[in-house]
Amino acid sequence: MSAATTVPILQVHGIGKVYGSVIALSDVSTSVGAGEVLCVLGDNGAGKSTLLKILAGVHPHSSGELLLDGQTEHFTGPRQALDAGIATVYQDLAIVGLMPVWRNFFLGAELSAGFGPFSRLRVAEMRAITLEQLGRMGIDLRDVDQPIGTLSGGERQSVAIARAIYFGARVVILDEPTSALGVKQAGVVLRYVAQARDHGLGVVFVTHNPHHAYPVGDRFLVLNRGASLGEFDKTGIRIDELTRLMAGGAELDSLARELERG
Amino acid sequence: MTVLTTPGAAPAPADERLARTHPLVRLLRRPEIGALVAALAIFVYFSVATSAFLSPAGAATWLYSASLFGIMAVAVALLMIGGEFDLSAGAMTGTTGLLVGAFTTQWGMNLWLAMLLALLIALTVGAFNGFLVVKTGIPSFIVTLGTFFILQGLNLAGTKLVTGQVAIQGMTLVPGFDAGKVIFGSTIPVAGLNLKVSVFWWLGITAVASWILLRTRYGNWIFAIGGQLQSAVQTGVPVKRTRIGLFMGTAAAGWLVGMLSLFDVATVQATTGIGQEFIYIICAVVGGCLLTGGYGSAIGAALGALIYGMILQGIVFAQWDNNWLKAFLGGMLLLAVLVNLSVRRQAGVRS
Repeated sequence: MSAATTVPILQVHGIGKVYGSVIALSDVSTSVGAGEVLCVLGDNGAGKSTLLKILAGVHPHSSGELLLDGQTEHFTGPRQALDAGIATVYQDLAIVGLMPVWRNFFLGAELSAGFGPFSRLRVAEMRAITLEQLGRMGIDLRDVDQPIGTLSGGERQSVAIARAIYFGARVVILDEPTSALGVKQAGVVLRYVAQARDHGLGVVFVTHNPHHAYPVGDRFLVLNRGASLGEFDKTGIRIDELTRLMAGGAELDSLARELERG
Repeated sequence: MTVLTTPGAAPAPADERLARTHPLVRLLRRPEIGALVAALAIFVYFSVATSAFLSPAGAATWLYSASLFGIMAVAVALLMIGGEFDLSAGAMTGTTGLLVGAFTTQWGMNLWLAMLLALLIALTVGAFNGFLVVKTGIPSFIVTLGTFFILQGLNLAGTKLVTGQVAIQGMTLVPGFDAGKVIFGSTIPVAGLNLKVSVFWWLGITAVASWILLRTRYGNWIFAIGGQLQSAVQTGVPVKRTRIGLFMGTAAAGWLVGMLSLFDVATVQATTGIGQEFIYIICAVVGGCLLTGGYGSAIGAALGALIYGMILQGIVFAQWDNNWLKAFLGGMLLLAVLVNLSVRRQAGVRS
């Protein structure tokens, strides 16, 4: 792990993305290493999703450089990023509500035995692994055969994170994992983020909520209108400064004056 | 980072919060249970109401009807679980039969070669349907409606052009017909019933489809694609390949049914299969498939076809006006959709 701390797992240099004539992201640089939580903060339309999609291999970047373990890499699809150990937990969690928890856990990476068209699923094993892995994350599930749609929002989020960890992810990208959750559920998810970090994973935590980001984050990348406003160490910035920066600093001050009762 | 493995997967320990589900309750949650109950009720009704229904000849008749619809319904059910429709499936049963008929009786092609060629053509049409749906995102309902009309037109116009009639006859004179009849058109006596071989094809295909759905990766993918396409894409499921494969599956089933009817009667009407595409869908829905995809069963679809076969012939045995069939079918479809809806609600899927 000592080498991993010197060379970040995932790095971008001056990365940018253009959709037709729209510049969605330009000249953003950041990195994430093992056991590190990078928070990507920004308001709606700041370019968080675009950065996430580049890191996840969904969209190729139009400019700049993406480095995996210090080597230049150009992802051609999500499968390639997954194989490189970059797992993304999307806002919709990439789960299928009507399917049992264990089928969701192994979706796209099912364990099977036998050859070619005659291979069959190793059902009992997948059930047991699902139960055990969720237990490791502190999720005590009643029944892995229940449709995943019957779980609560926080539980579903945690299943998705557990799945990413189990399948050998080195970096987990979390897309707004707390935005749809209540206060208590959001706290549960933040605990799983910390747990993933303690397992030695790099975590990219994309959010627009500095109050969720600040407690778990090591470094904070703030985006605005497709450009970086800077990257800060936790020691280098306080939460109120972070909030102010995200909201556009001066803009917020003038808004505050405007809203004051004359 | 290492993958955390579980040596010798231990059985899940019992959990006190999980109320023991009675095996009967668990059975009632299966998608095909409604069709099973309905099938039993209809079976009992016609058995009591008519004398011909339970006679060996009568039973063989409705089983034969059910088998042809069943093979198609099972393939269509797989496609529907994958979230798509295929309206060209019915016409395909005519197209493949007509192709083999024309190739052999008109141009003297070898029977087996003609059958292989017809299968390849069917698979190509299926792949075309799938490719168009996957590439363009146009609803399969529209794409296959187009293919349905194309096939319907080709079947009629092509047959007239080649034979001057609206049917192809004289298949019995084709060399190898008797050998083909053993595989696709023979009769096998089982416990006093002279069952058509198609009944065994039906059972076999239902078993294979169930196996695929519940015990292979493809099954997992089909459920995921129909349930939440975006999630399937994100988890790296080969979505395009699977979806195109499902369309090719219904086309192949169309070929099989085309062959089964061709070798049974040795003639093919140019209108064969037209109007049956919705019956396959109804059988699948009665068997527990959701119209929105992501849920259903192959056994259910087979039971749906059994119900249809029993009603189709039962009405004849009971000497009712045949037109009641359609009214019955529509009512059953609505009932099934309502039952399925409540099933999905009961699954308690939170949004």
